[in-house]
Amino acid sequence: MGLIDRIASHILEKDVTPGEIVVAKIDVIYAQDGTAPLVIDVIENELNIKKLVAADRSYFFIDHSAPAPHIAAASVHRKMRFFARKYGVNLFDVGYGISHQVVVEDGIARPGMIAIGADSHTPTIGAIGVYATGVGSTDAAIAMIYGELWLRIPETMKIILTGALPKGVYSKDIILSIIGDFKTDGMISKAVEFHGDTLRSLSIDARMVITNMCTEMSAESAIIPVDGVAINWLKEKGYDIFRKVNEENLGEYVDETVVEVSKLEPMVSTPPDVDNVRSVDEVEGIEIDQVFIGSCTNGRLEDIEVVARVLKGRKVNKKIRCIVAPASRKVYMEALRKGYIDILIESGCIIAPPTCGPCVGAHMGLLAEGEVAISTTNRNFPGRMGHKESKIYLASPATAAASAIEGRITDPRRYLS
Amino acid sequence: MIRQGRCWKLGDNISTDHIISGKYKFEAINDINRMLIHVFEEVIPGFYKMVRPGDIIVAGKNFGKGSSREHAPRLLKIVGIGAVIAKSFAHIFYRNSINIGLPVIIAKVIPDITQNSDVIEVNLVEGYIKNITQGVVEHIQQYPKSIELILNAGGIVEYIKRYGEPPWQGNIR
Repeated sequence: MGLIDRIASHILEKDVTPGEIVVAKIDVIYAQDGTAPLVIDVIENELNIKKLVAADRSYFFIDHSAPAPHIAAASVHRKMRFFARKYGVNLFDVGYGISHQVVVEDGIARPGMIAIGADSHTPTIGAIGVYATGVGSTDAAIAMIYGELWLRIPETMKIILTGALPKGVYSKDIILSIIGDFKTDGMISKAVEFHGDTLRSLSIDARMVITNMCTEMSAESAIIPVDGVAINWLKEKGYDIFRKVNEENLGEYVDETVVEVSKLEPMVSTPPDVDNVRSVDEVEGIEIDQVFIGSCTNGRLEDIEVVARVLKGRKVNKKIRCIVAPASRKVYMEALRKGYIDILIESGCIIAPPTCGPCVGAHMGLLAEGEVAISTTNRNFPGRMGHKESKIYLASPATAAASAIEGRITDPRRYLS
Repeated sequence: MIRQGRCWKLGDNISTDHIISGKYKFEAINDINRMLIHVFEEVIPGFYKMVRPGDIIVAGKNFGKGSSREHAPRLLKIVGIGAVIAKSFAHIFYRNSINIGLPVIIAKVIPDITQNSDVIEVNLVEGYIKNITQGVVEHIQQYPKSIELILNAGGIVEYIKRYGEPPWQGNIR
Protein backbone atom coordinates (compact mmCIF):
# COMPACT_ATOMS: atom_id res chain seq x y z
CA MET A 1 0.00 0.00 0.00
CA GLY A 2 1.34 3.42 -0.96
CA LEU A 3 0.70 6.63 0.96
CA ILE A 4 -2.27 7.63 -1.21
CA ASP A 5 -4.04 4.33 -0.49
CA ARG A 6 -3.19 4.82 3.19
CA ILE A 7 -4.74 8.29 3.26
CA ALA A 8 -7.88 7.08 1.48
CA SER A 9 -8.09 4.00 3.73
CA HIS A 10 -7.68 6.16 6.83
CA ILE A 11 -10.47 8.50 5.74
CA LEU A 12 -12.84 5.73 4.66
CA GLU A 13 -11.99 3.56 7.67
CA LYS A 14 -11.48 0.51 5.46
CA ASP A 15 -8.67 -0.83 3.26
CA VAL A 16 -8.92 0.48 -0.28
CA THR A 17 -7.02 -0.95 -3.24
CA PRO A 18 -5.81 0.65 -6.47
CA GLY A 19 -8.48 0.66 -9.16
CA GLU A 20 -11.27 0.82 -6.60
CA ILE A 21 -13.82 3.58 -6.92
CA VAL A 22 -14.59 5.25 -3.62
CA VAL A 23 -16.62 8.22 -2.48
CA ALA A 24 -14.67 10.37 -0.07
CA LYS A 25 -15.18 13.56 1.86
CA ILE A 26 -12.91 16.16 0.27
CA ASP A 27 -10.94 18.35 2.67
CA VAL A 28 -9.96 21.16 0.29
CA ILE A 29 -11.67 22.12 -2.99
CA TYR A 30 -10.43 24.91 -5.22
CA ALA A 31 -10.79 26.53 -8.61
CA GLN A 32 -9.12 29.42 -10.44
CA ASP A 33 -10.33 32.12 -12.80
CA GLY A 34 -9.97 29.81 -15.80
CA THR A 35 -12.14 27.05 -14.33
CA ALA A 36 -14.32 28.88 -11.79
CA PRO A 37 -16.79 30.36 -14.33
CA LEU A 38 -18.01 26.85 -15.20
CA VAL A 39 -18.08 25.91 -11.50
CA ILE A 40 -20.38 28.87 -10.93
CA ASP A 41 -22.54 27.96 -13.93
CA VAL A 42 -23.01 24.39 -12.73
CA ILE A 43 -23.95 25.48 -9.20
CA GLU A 44 -26.07 28.53 -9.93
CA ASN A 45 -27.52 28.00 -13.39
CA GLU A 46 -27.46 24.30 -14.22
CA LEU A 47 -28.39 22.94 -10.77
CA ASN A 48 -29.82 26.05 -9.11
CA ILE A 49 -28.20 25.23 -5.76
CA LYS A 50 -28.63 27.76 -2.97
CA LYS A 51 -26.24 26.42 -0.34
CA LEU A 52 -22.89 24.62 -0.49
CA VAL A 53 -22.22 21.89 2.08
CA ALA A 54 -18.48 22.48 1.68
CA ALA A 55 -18.41 26.30 1.38
CA ASP A 56 -15.88 26.65 4.20
CA ARG A 57 -13.57 24.10 2.52
CA SER A 58 -13.92 25.76 -0.88
CA TYR A 59 -11.52 28.33 -2.32
CA PHE A 60 -11.45 30.54 -5.40
CA PHE A 61 -8.15 31.94 -6.68
CA ILE A 62 -7.93 34.83 -9.12
CA ASP A 63 -4.47 33.97 -10.39
CA HIS A 64 -4.49 33.12 -14.10
CA SER A 65 -5.38 36.41 -15.75
CA ALA A 66 -4.66 38.64 -12.82
CA PRO A 67 -4.82 41.61 -12.75
CA ALA A 68 -7.47 41.48 -15.50
CA PRO A 69 -5.85 42.02 -18.93
CA HIS A 70 -9.19 42.57 -20.68
CA ILE A 71 -12.84 43.18 -19.96
CA ALA A 72 -13.78 39.53 -20.39
CA ALA A 73 -11.39 38.54 -17.57
CA ALA A 74 -12.56 41.47 -15.44
CA SER A 75 -16.13 40.20 -15.83
CA VAL A 76 -15.13 36.70 -14.74
CA HIS A 77 -13.32 38.08 -11.71
CA ARG A 78 -16.36 40.14 -10.77
CA LYS A 79 -18.60 37.08 -11.10
CA MET A 80 -16.23 35.09 -8.85
CA ARG A 81 -16.25 37.81 -6.18
CA PHE A 82 -20.07 38.02 -6.15
CA PHE A 83 -20.41 34.25 -6.03
CA ALA A 84 -17.85 33.86 -3.24
CA ARG A 85 -19.61 36.46 -1.12
CA LYS A 86 -23.07 34.98 -1.75
CA TYR A 87 -22.10 31.37 -1.05
CA GLY A 88 -19.39 31.85 1.59
CA VAL A 89 -16.58 30.48 -0.56
CA ASN A 90 -13.10 31.71 0.44
CA LEU A 91 -11.71 34.07 -2.18
CA PHE A 92 -8.07 34.94 -2.83
CA ASP A 93 -8.15 37.99 -5.03
CA VAL A 94 -5.71 39.42 -7.57
CA GLY A 95 -2.15 39.58 -6.27
CA TYR A 96 -2.50 37.12 -3.38
CA GLY A 97 -0.78 34.33 -5.24
CA ILE A 98 -1.00 31.22 -7.38
CA SER A 99 -3.42 28.63 -5.98
CA HIS A 100 -1.04 25.72 -5.41
CA GLN A 101 1.52 27.96 -3.73
CA VAL A 102 -1.06 29.58 -1.46
CA VAL A 103 -2.80 26.39 -0.31
CA VAL A 104 0.56 25.09 0.93
CA GLU A 105 2.04 28.37 2.17
CA ASP A 106 -1.09 29.41 4.08
CA GLY A 107 -1.63 25.98 5.65
CA ILE A 108 -4.94 25.39 3.85
CA ALA A 109 -3.79 21.96 2.70
CA ARG A 110 -2.02 19.97 5.38
CA PRO A 111 -0.57 16.45 5.57
CA GLY A 112 -3.11 13.64 5.40
CA MET A 113 -5.77 15.62 3.57
CA ILE A 114 -7.52 14.82 0.29
CA ALA A 115 -7.59 17.91 -1.92
CA ILE A 116 -8.99 18.53 -5.38
CA GLY A 117 -8.32 21.54 -7.54
CA ALA A 118 -9.87 22.53 -10.83
CA ASP A 119 -6.37 22.97 -12.23
CA SER A 120 -4.16 20.28 -13.67
CA HIS A 121 -1.18 21.15 -11.48
CA THR A 122 -2.97 20.38 -8.22
CA PRO A 123 -0.60 17.41 -7.52
CA THR A 124 1.95 20.12 -6.59
CA ILE A 125 0.60 20.15 -3.04
CA GLY A 126 1.41 16.45 -2.62
CA ALA A 127 4.86 17.73 -1.61
CA ILE A 128 3.55 18.01 1.96
CA GLY A 129 1.87 14.60 2.09
CA VAL A 130 -1.52 15.55 0.66
CA TYR A 131 -3.46 13.24 -1.67
CA ALA A 132 -4.14 15.89 -4.30
CA THR A 133 -5.58 15.53 -7.76
CA GLY A 134 -6.68 17.84 -10.55
CA VAL A 135 -10.29 17.78 -11.70
CA GLY A 136 -12.58 19.73 -14.01
CA SER A 137 -15.13 22.38 -13.13
CA THR A 138 -18.12 20.04 -12.76
CA ASP A 139 -16.21 17.83 -10.30
CA ALA A 140 -15.21 20.88 -8.27
CA ALA A 141 -18.83 22.10 -8.30
CA ILE A 142 -20.19 18.71 -7.17
CA ALA A 143 -17.61 18.53 -4.36
CA MET A 144 -18.51 22.05 -3.20
CA ILE A 145 -22.24 21.21 -3.25
CA TYR A 146 -22.08 17.78 -1.55
CA GLY A 147 -18.71 17.91 0.20
CA GLU A 148 -17.69 14.59 -1.35
CA LEU A 149 -16.71 13.11 -4.69
CA TRP A 150 -16.05 9.77 -6.36
CA LEU A 151 -12.40 8.98 -6.84
CA ARG A 152 -10.69 6.07 -8.53
CA ILE A 153 -7.73 5.11 -6.36
CA PRO A 154 -4.68 5.18 -8.66
CA GLU A 155 -1.90 2.63 -8.72
CA THR A 156 1.29 4.09 -7.25
CA MET A 157 4.72 4.19 -8.86
CA LYS A 158 7.64 4.60 -6.45
CA ILE A 159 10.56 6.78 -7.49
CA ILE A 160 13.66 6.72 -5.32
CA LEU A 161 15.97 9.74 -5.58
CA THR A 162 19.47 8.94 -4.46
CA GLY A 163 22.77 10.84 -4.24
CA ALA A 164 23.71 14.49 -3.81
CA LEU A 165 22.77 17.19 -6.30
CA PRO A 166 25.82 18.38 -8.28
CA LYS A 167 26.54 22.10 -8.62
CA GLY A 168 24.04 23.86 -10.88
CA VAL A 169 21.55 20.99 -10.73
CA TYR A 170 18.22 21.53 -8.99
CA SER A 171 14.94 19.74 -8.39
CA LYS A 172 13.73 21.09 -11.76
CA ASP A 173 16.53 19.18 -13.46
CA ILE A 174 15.57 16.01 -11.56
CA ILE A 175 11.96 16.13 -12.69
CA LEU A 176 12.82 17.14 -16.28
CA SER A 177 15.15 14.16 -16.45
CA ILE A 178 12.42 11.84 -15.11
CA ILE A 179 9.90 13.21 -17.64
CA GLY A 180 12.44 12.68 -20.41
CA ASP A 181 12.65 9.02 -19.41
CA PHE A 182 8.98 8.30 -18.74
CA LYS A 183 7.46 10.53 -21.44
CA THR A 184 4.19 12.43 -21.33
CA ASP A 185 2.01 9.34 -20.97
CA GLY A 186 4.37 7.43 -18.67
CA MET A 187 2.30 7.76 -15.50
CA ILE A 188 -1.17 7.52 -16.97
CA SER A 189 -3.70 6.31 -14.36
CA LYS A 190 -0.90 6.26 -11.78
CA ALA A 191 0.25 8.31 -8.84
CA VAL A 192 3.93 8.90 -8.13
CA GLU A 193 5.40 8.62 -4.64
CA PHE A 194 8.93 9.90 -3.99
CA HIS A 195 11.48 8.44 -1.61
CA GLY A 196 15.25 8.37 -1.19
CA ASP A 197 18.16 10.08 0.52
CA THR A 198 18.21 13.04 -1.91
CA LEU A 199 14.94 14.24 -0.35
CA ARG A 200 16.79 15.13 2.85
CA SER A 201 18.49 17.98 0.98
CA LEU A 202 15.34 19.14 -0.83
CA SER A 203 13.28 21.88 0.82
CA ILE A 204 9.49 22.08 0.50
CA ASP A 205 10.05 24.72 -2.23
CA ALA A 206 12.25 22.29 -4.16
CA ARG A 207 9.89 19.33 -3.62
CA MET A 208 6.92 21.25 -4.99
CA VAL A 209 8.75 21.56 -8.32
CA ILE A 210 8.92 17.78 -8.55
CA THR A 211 5.32 17.02 -7.58
CA ASN A 212 4.15 19.91 -9.81
CA MET A 213 5.58 18.47 -12.98
CA CYS A 214 4.38 14.89 -12.44
CA THR A 215 1.29 16.24 -14.21
CA GLU A 216 3.41 16.37 -17.39
CA MET A 217 3.73 12.57 -17.29
CA SER A 218 -0.07 12.35 -16.91
CA ALA A 219 0.21 11.28 -13.25
CA GLU A 220 -3.10 11.58 -11.42
CA SER A 221 -1.33 12.54 -8.25
CA ALA A 222 2.14 12.90 -6.75
CA ILE A 223 3.10 12.63 -3.12
CA ILE A 224 6.10 12.87 -0.80
CA PRO A 225 5.73 11.27 2.65
CA VAL A 226 6.06 13.57 5.65
CA ASP A 227 9.67 13.38 6.87
CA GLY A 228 11.97 15.47 9.03
CA VAL A 229 12.22 18.24 6.43
CA ALA A 230 8.43 18.50 6.24
CA ILE A 231 8.00 18.36 10.02
CA ASN A 232 10.51 21.18 10.51
CA TRP A 233 8.75 23.22 7.83
CA LEU A 234 5.38 22.65 9.51
CA LYS A 235 6.82 23.68 12.91
CA GLU A 236 8.38 26.80 11.46
CA LYS A 237 5.05 27.79 9.91
CA GLY A 238 3.04 26.78 12.96
CA TYR A 239 0.90 24.25 11.05
CA ASP A 240 -0.15 20.85 12.30
CA ILE A 241 -0.48 17.48 10.62
CA PHE A 242 -4.16 17.35 9.73
CA ARG A 243 -4.52 13.60 9.70
CA LYS A 244 -1.83 11.36 11.15
CA VAL A 245 -1.61 8.58 8.60
CA ASN A 246 0.57 5.57 9.26
CA GLU A 247 3.62 5.92 6.98
CA GLU A 248 5.39 2.81 8.31
CA ASN A 249 6.03 -0.06 5.92
CA LEU A 250 4.65 1.55 2.81
CA GLY A 251 4.87 -0.96 -0.01
CA GLU A 252 3.29 -2.85 -2.91
CA TYR A 253 3.90 -0.37 -5.67
CA VAL A 254 2.98 -1.08 -9.26
CA ASP A 255 6.56 -0.30 -10.21
CA GLU A 256 9.72 1.19 -8.78
CA THR A 257 12.67 3.06 -10.21
CA VAL A 258 15.85 4.66 -8.87
CA VAL A 259 17.14 8.01 -10.09
CA GLU A 260 20.84 8.58 -9.53
CA VAL A 261 20.72 12.33 -8.89
CA SER A 262 24.47 12.81 -8.57
CA LYS A 263 24.90 11.97 -12.26
CA LEU A 264 22.48 14.63 -13.50
CA GLU A 265 23.33 17.77 -15.39
CA PRO A 266 21.27 20.94 -15.88
CA MET A 267 18.41 19.85 -18.17
CA VAL A 268 16.33 21.67 -20.77
CA SER A 269 12.98 20.57 -22.16
CA THR A 270 12.82 21.54 -25.83
CA PRO A 271 9.69 22.31 -27.87
CA PRO A 272 7.14 21.15 -28.86
CA ASP A 273 6.56 18.86 -25.88
CA VAL A 274 7.75 18.59 -22.30
CA ASP A 275 9.32 15.14 -22.71
CA ASN A 276 11.87 16.30 -25.34
CA VAL A 277 14.51 16.68 -22.67
CA ARG A 278 18.19 17.38 -23.38
CA SER A 279 21.14 18.27 -21.19
CA VAL A 280 21.99 21.97 -21.33
CA ASP A 281 25.18 21.42 -23.36
CA GLU A 282 23.10 19.98 -26.23
CA VAL A 283 21.09 23.19 -26.61
CA GLU A 284 23.57 25.79 -25.39
CA GLY A 285 23.83 28.84 -27.61
CA ILE A 286 20.25 28.87 -28.90
CA GLU A 287 19.33 32.55 -29.18
CA ILE A 288 16.41 33.73 -27.02
CA ASP A 289 14.11 36.75 -26.90
CA GLN A 290 12.58 36.37 -23.47
CA VAL A 291 13.20 34.76 -20.10
CA PHE A 292 10.34 34.02 -17.71
CA ILE A 293 10.97 33.05 -14.11
CA GLY A 294 7.85 32.24 -12.10
CA SER A 295 4.70 30.07 -12.04
CA CYS A 296 3.47 27.28 -9.76
CA THR A 297 6.55 25.34 -10.86
CA ASN A 298 9.41 27.74 -10.08
CA GLY A 299 8.23 31.05 -8.63
CA ARG A 300 9.15 30.39 -5.02
CA LEU A 301 11.65 32.09 -2.69
CA GLU A 302 14.40 29.55 -3.31
CA ASP A 303 14.00 30.09 -7.06
CA ILE A 304 14.23 33.86 -6.79
CA GLU A 305 17.21 33.48 -4.47
CA VAL A 306 19.21 31.49 -7.03
CA VAL A 307 18.27 33.94 -9.79
CA ALA A 308 19.55 36.79 -7.60
CA ARG A 309 22.75 34.85 -6.96
CA VAL A 310 23.36 34.43 -10.68
CA LEU A 311 22.38 38.00 -11.62
CA LYS A 312 24.10 39.85 -8.75
CA GLY A 313 26.42 42.48 -10.21
CA ARG A 314 25.54 41.38 -13.75
CA LYS A 315 23.12 42.64 -16.39
CA VAL A 316 20.30 41.07 -18.33
CA ASN A 317 21.34 41.05 -22.00
CA LYS A 318 20.01 44.18 -23.73
CA LYS A 319 18.40 42.30 -26.60
CA ILE A 320 16.06 40.28 -24.36
CA ARG A 321 13.39 40.76 -21.68
CA CYS A 322 13.67 38.94 -18.36
CA ILE A 323 10.34 38.78 -16.50
CA VAL A 324 10.15 37.53 -12.92
CA ALA A 325 6.81 36.85 -11.19
CA PRO A 326 6.92 35.69 -7.55
CA ALA A 327 4.38 32.90 -6.97
CA SER A 328 2.67 34.72 -4.11
CA ARG A 329 2.60 37.96 -2.17
CA LYS A 330 4.41 36.25 0.71
CA VAL A 331 7.18 35.10 -1.63
CA TYR A 332 7.36 38.62 -3.09
CA MET A 333 7.63 40.26 0.36
CA GLU A 334 10.24 37.81 1.57
CA ALA A 335 12.28 38.34 -1.62
CA LEU A 336 12.06 42.10 -1.04
CA ARG A 337 13.16 41.76 2.57
CA LYS A 338 16.14 39.64 1.59
CA GLY A 339 17.21 42.15 -1.07
CA TYR A 340 16.70 39.78 -4.03
CA ILE A 341 14.21 42.05 -5.77
CA ASP A 342 16.70 44.95 -5.65
CA ILE A 343 19.32 42.77 -7.30
CA LEU A 344 16.88 41.65 -9.99
CA ILE A 345 15.69 45.16 -10.81
CA GLU A 346 19.25 46.51 -10.89
CA SER A 347 20.23 43.77 -13.30
CA GLY A 348 17.38 44.75 -15.63
CA CYS A 349 14.60 42.27 -14.76
CA ILE A 350 10.95 43.21 -14.95
CA ILE A 351 9.08 42.24 -11.78
CA ALA A 352 5.49 41.16 -12.43
CA PRO A 353 2.85 40.68 -9.73
CA PRO A 354 2.08 37.14 -8.55
CA THR A 355 0.23 35.62 -11.53
CA CYS A 356 0.16 32.59 -13.84
CA GLY A 357 -0.10 35.10 -16.72
CA PRO A 358 2.94 34.48 -18.96
CA CYS A 359 2.99 30.68 -18.43
CA VAL A 360 -0.52 30.24 -19.82
CA GLY A 361 -0.16 32.94 -22.45
CA ALA A 362 -2.76 35.08 -20.71
CA HIS A 363 -0.74 38.31 -20.36
CA MET A 364 2.38 39.97 -18.86
CA GLY A 365 4.74 39.04 -21.65
CA LEU A 366 3.42 37.05 -24.60
CA LEU A 367 5.67 35.83 -27.39
CA ALA A 368 5.44 37.09 -30.97
CA GLU A 369 5.69 34.92 -34.08
CA GLY A 370 9.17 33.42 -34.32
CA GLU A 371 10.24 34.41 -30.80
CA VAL A 372 12.04 32.06 -28.45
CA ALA A 373 11.75 31.93 -24.66
CA ILE A 374 13.46 30.07 -21.89
CA SER A 375 11.04 29.66 -19.03
CA THR A 376 10.95 28.06 -15.58
CA THR A 377 7.35 26.95 -16.17
CA ASN A 378 5.87 23.53 -16.91
CA ARG A 379 4.60 23.38 -20.51
CA ASN A 380 6.09 24.18 -23.89
CA PHE A 381 3.26 23.22 -26.25
CA PRO A 382 3.04 25.34 -29.43
CA GLY A 383 1.33 28.62 -28.65
CA ARG A 384 1.35 28.09 -24.91
CA MET A 385 2.98 31.47 -24.16
CA GLY A 386 1.84 33.37 -27.22
CA HIS A 387 2.06 32.90 -30.99
CA LYS A 388 1.86 29.32 -32.21
CA GLU A 389 5.10 29.87 -34.12
CA SER A 390 6.98 30.83 -30.95
CA LYS A 391 9.19 28.37 -29.07
CA ILE A 392 9.54 27.61 -25.36
CA TYR A 393 12.47 25.92 -23.65
CA LEU A 394 11.86 24.83 -20.05
CA ALA A 395 14.66 24.92 -17.49
CA SER A 396 15.60 25.64 -13.88
CA PRO A 397 15.72 29.22 -12.53
CA ALA A 398 19.55 29.05 -12.53
CA THR A 399 19.68 28.07 -16.21
CA ALA A 400 17.07 30.70 -17.07
CA ALA A 401 19.01 33.41 -15.21
CA ALA A 402 22.34 32.49 -16.81
CA SER A 403 20.61 32.53 -20.20
CA ALA A 404 19.24 36.01 -19.43
CA ILE A 405 22.80 37.30 -19.06
CA GLU A 406 24.06 35.87 -22.34
CA GLY A 407 20.85 36.23 -24.39
CA ARG A 408 21.08 32.57 -25.38
CA ILE A 409 20.64 29.23 -23.63
CA THR A 410 23.53 29.01 -21.17
CA ASP A 411 24.96 26.47 -18.76
CA PRO A 412 24.39 27.99 -15.29
CA ARG A 413 27.46 26.34 -13.79
CA ARG A 414 29.69 29.08 -15.19
CA TYR A 415 27.80 31.65 -13.12
CA LEU A 416 27.67 29.74 -9.85
CA SER A 417 30.77 30.04 -7.71
CA MET B 1 -26.32 3.18 -24.81
CA ILE B 2 -25.75 2.30 -28.47
CA ARG B 3 -24.17 4.75 -30.89
CA GLN B 4 -23.03 4.47 -34.47
CA GLY B 5 -21.11 6.99 -36.51
CA ARG B 6 -18.34 7.90 -38.88
CA CYS B 7 -14.87 7.98 -37.39
CA TRP B 8 -12.31 10.76 -37.07
CA LYS B 9 -8.96 9.03 -36.61
CA LEU B 10 -6.37 10.80 -34.48
CA GLY B 11 -2.93 9.88 -33.12
CA ASP B 12 -1.33 9.83 -29.66
CA ASN B 13 -1.19 12.65 -27.12
CA ILE B 14 -4.06 14.78 -28.41
CA SER B 15 -4.14 17.55 -25.79
CA THR B 16 -6.93 19.77 -24.56
CA ASP B 17 -5.05 22.54 -26.37
CA HIS B 18 -5.43 20.60 -29.62
CA ILE B 19 -9.15 20.27 -28.98
CA ILE B 20 -9.57 23.93 -28.09
CA SER B 21 -6.68 26.32 -27.63
CA GLY B 22 -6.48 27.98 -24.22
CA LYS B 23 -6.46 31.38 -25.86
CA TYR B 24 -10.17 31.04 -26.70
CA LYS B 25 -11.22 30.30 -23.14
CA PHE B 26 -12.45 33.77 -22.40
CA GLU B 27 -14.72 33.79 -25.44
CA ALA B 28 -16.82 31.19 -23.66
CA ILE B 29 -17.67 33.35 -20.70
CA ASN B 30 -21.05 34.27 -22.00
CA ASP B 31 -21.44 31.77 -24.82
CA ILE B 32 -19.47 28.56 -25.24
CA ASN B 33 -20.92 28.27 -28.76
CA ARG B 34 -18.62 31.05 -29.92
CA MET B 35 -15.69 28.64 -29.47
CA LEU B 36 -17.16 25.93 -31.71
CA ILE B 37 -15.49 27.11 -34.91
CA HIS B 38 -12.08 26.72 -33.26
CA VAL B 39 -12.45 23.04 -32.26
CA PHE B 40 -9.47 21.03 -33.59
CA GLU B 41 -8.55 23.97 -35.84
CA GLU B 42 -4.83 23.20 -35.73
CA VAL B 43 -5.23 19.42 -36.04
CA ILE B 44 -8.02 19.07 -38.60
CA PRO B 45 -8.46 22.35 -40.51
CA GLY B 46 -12.15 22.89 -41.26
CA PHE B 47 -13.25 20.28 -38.69
CA TYR B 48 -16.18 22.37 -37.52
CA LYS B 49 -17.67 22.48 -41.02
CA MET B 50 -17.10 18.78 -41.73
CA VAL B 51 -18.13 17.14 -38.44
CA ARG B 52 -21.56 15.50 -38.39
CA PRO B 53 -23.73 14.67 -35.37
CA GLY B 54 -22.94 11.16 -34.16
CA ASP B 55 -19.35 11.09 -35.44
CA ILE B 56 -16.95 9.14 -33.25
CA ILE B 57 -13.32 9.97 -32.42
CA VAL B 58 -10.82 7.10 -32.42
CA ALA B 59 -7.41 8.06 -31.02
CA GLY B 60 -4.18 6.65 -29.60
CA LYS B 61 -2.59 7.06 -26.19
CA ASN B 62 -3.19 9.79 -23.63
CA PHE B 63 -6.17 11.52 -25.24
CA GLY B 64 -7.09 14.81 -23.57
CA LYS B 65 -3.77 15.43 -21.84
CA GLY B 66 -2.88 18.81 -20.46
CA SER B 67 -5.23 21.33 -18.96
CA SER B 68 -8.19 20.66 -16.69
CA ARG B 69 -10.25 22.79 -19.07
CA GLU B 70 -13.73 21.28 -19.25
CA HIS B 71 -14.49 23.22 -22.40
CA ALA B 72 -12.64 20.49 -24.30
CA PRO B 73 -15.14 17.62 -23.79
CA ARG B 74 -18.09 20.02 -23.65
CA LEU B 75 -17.24 21.37 -27.11
CA LEU B 76 -16.79 17.86 -28.54
CA LYS B 77 -20.24 16.99 -27.24
CA ILE B 78 -21.79 20.19 -28.60
CA VAL B 79 -20.34 19.66 -32.10
CA GLY B 80 -22.02 16.26 -32.01
CA ILE B 81 -19.27 13.76 -31.18
CA GLY B 82 -21.08 10.63 -29.95
CA ALA B 83 -18.16 8.92 -28.22
CA VAL B 84 -14.37 9.00 -27.93
CA ILE B 85 -12.43 5.74 -28.18
CA ALA B 86 -8.73 5.83 -27.25
CA LYS B 87 -5.94 3.58 -26.06
CA SER B 88 -5.76 5.66 -22.88
CA PHE B 89 -7.08 8.94 -21.54
CA ALA B 90 -5.67 11.68 -19.36
CA HIS B 91 -7.63 11.29 -16.15
CA ILE B 92 -9.07 14.80 -15.86
CA PHE B 93 -10.41 14.64 -19.43
CA TYR B 94 -11.85 11.19 -18.68
CA ARG B 95 -13.65 12.41 -15.56
CA ASN B 96 -14.85 15.58 -17.28
CA SER B 97 -16.28 13.58 -20.19
CA ILE B 98 -18.24 11.28 -17.90
CA ASN B 99 -19.48 14.25 -15.91
CA ILE B 100 -20.88 15.89 -19.03
CA GLY B 101 -22.22 12.65 -20.53
CA LEU B 102 -19.70 12.05 -23.33
CA PRO B 103 -18.90 8.30 -23.50
CA VAL B 104 -15.13 7.67 -23.27
CA ILE B 105 -13.98 4.15 -24.05
CA ILE B 106 -10.55 2.58 -23.49
CA ALA B 107 -9.69 0.11 -26.27
CA LYS B 108 -6.65 -1.87 -27.39
CA VAL B 109 -7.43 -3.09 -30.92
CA ILE B 110 -9.84 -0.69 -32.59
CA PRO B 111 -7.46 2.33 -32.42
CA ASP B 112 -4.80 0.30 -34.27
CA ILE B 113 -6.95 -1.01 -37.12
CA THR B 114 -9.31 1.92 -37.68
CA GLN B 115 -8.94 4.22 -40.69
CA ASN B 116 -10.36 7.70 -40.99
CA SER B 117 -14.08 7.68 -41.98
CA ASP B 118 -14.65 4.01 -41.01
CA VAL B 119 -18.07 3.42 -39.47
CA ILE B 120 -17.88 2.58 -35.77
CA GLU B 121 -20.52 1.17 -33.44
CA VAL B 122 -20.34 1.70 -29.70
CA ASN B 123 -22.55 -0.66 -27.72
CA LEU B 124 -22.31 0.02 -24.02
CA VAL B 125 -25.31 -2.22 -23.31
CA GLU B 126 -23.54 -5.36 -24.46
CA GLY B 127 -20.02 -4.05 -23.78
CA TYR B 128 -18.37 -3.96 -27.18
CA ILE B 129 -17.19 -1.59 -29.88
CA LYS B 130 -17.15 -2.53 -33.54
CA ASN B 131 -15.48 -1.21 -36.65
CA ILE B 132 -18.33 -1.98 -39.05
CA THR B 133 -16.33 -1.03 -42.16
CA GLN B 134 -13.63 -3.56 -41.34
CA GLY B 135 -15.73 -6.04 -39.41
CA VAL B 136 -13.62 -5.99 -36.24
CA VAL B 137 -15.22 -6.31 -32.80
CA GLU B 138 -13.55 -5.51 -29.49
CA HIS B 139 -15.01 -6.24 -26.08
CA ILE B 140 -14.63 -3.43 -23.59
CA GLN B 141 -14.57 -3.23 -19.84
CA GLN B 142 -17.89 -2.31 -18.27
CA TYR B 143 -18.13 0.95 -16.38
CA PRO B 144 -18.69 0.83 -12.65
CA LYS B 145 -22.42 1.13 -11.93
CA SER B 146 -22.39 4.76 -10.77
CA ILE B 147 -20.49 5.90 -13.88
CA GLU B 148 -22.91 4.03 -16.12
CA LEU B 149 -25.76 5.82 -14.38
CA ILE B 150 -24.12 9.20 -14.98
CA LEU B 151 -23.52 8.48 -18.67
CA ASN B 152 -27.01 7.14 -19.24
CA ALA B 153 -28.50 10.27 -17.72
CA GLY B 154 -26.39 12.44 -20.06
CA GLY B 155 -24.01 13.64 -17.36
CA ILE B 156 -23.94 14.19 -13.62
CA VAL B 157 -25.82 17.48 -13.78
CA GLU B 158 -28.66 15.79 -15.70
CA TYR B 159 -28.60 12.92 -13.22
CA ILE B 160 -28.90 15.24 -10.24
CA LYS B 161 -31.64 17.24 -11.95
CA ARG B 162 -33.59 14.03 -12.42
CA TYR B 163 -32.95 12.25 -9.11
CA GLY B 164 -32.07 15.10 -6.77
CA GLU B 165 -28.72 13.66 -5.66
CA PRO B 166 -25.52 12.14 -7.09
CA PRO B 167 -25.70 8.46 -8.10
CA TRP B 168 -23.31 7.27 -5.42
CA GLN B 169 -25.74 8.15 -2.67
CA GLY B 170 -26.63 4.55 -1.86
CA ASN B 171 -25.00 3.03 -4.92
CA ILE B 172 -21.26 2.90 -4.36
CA ARG B 173 -21.04 3.28 -0.61
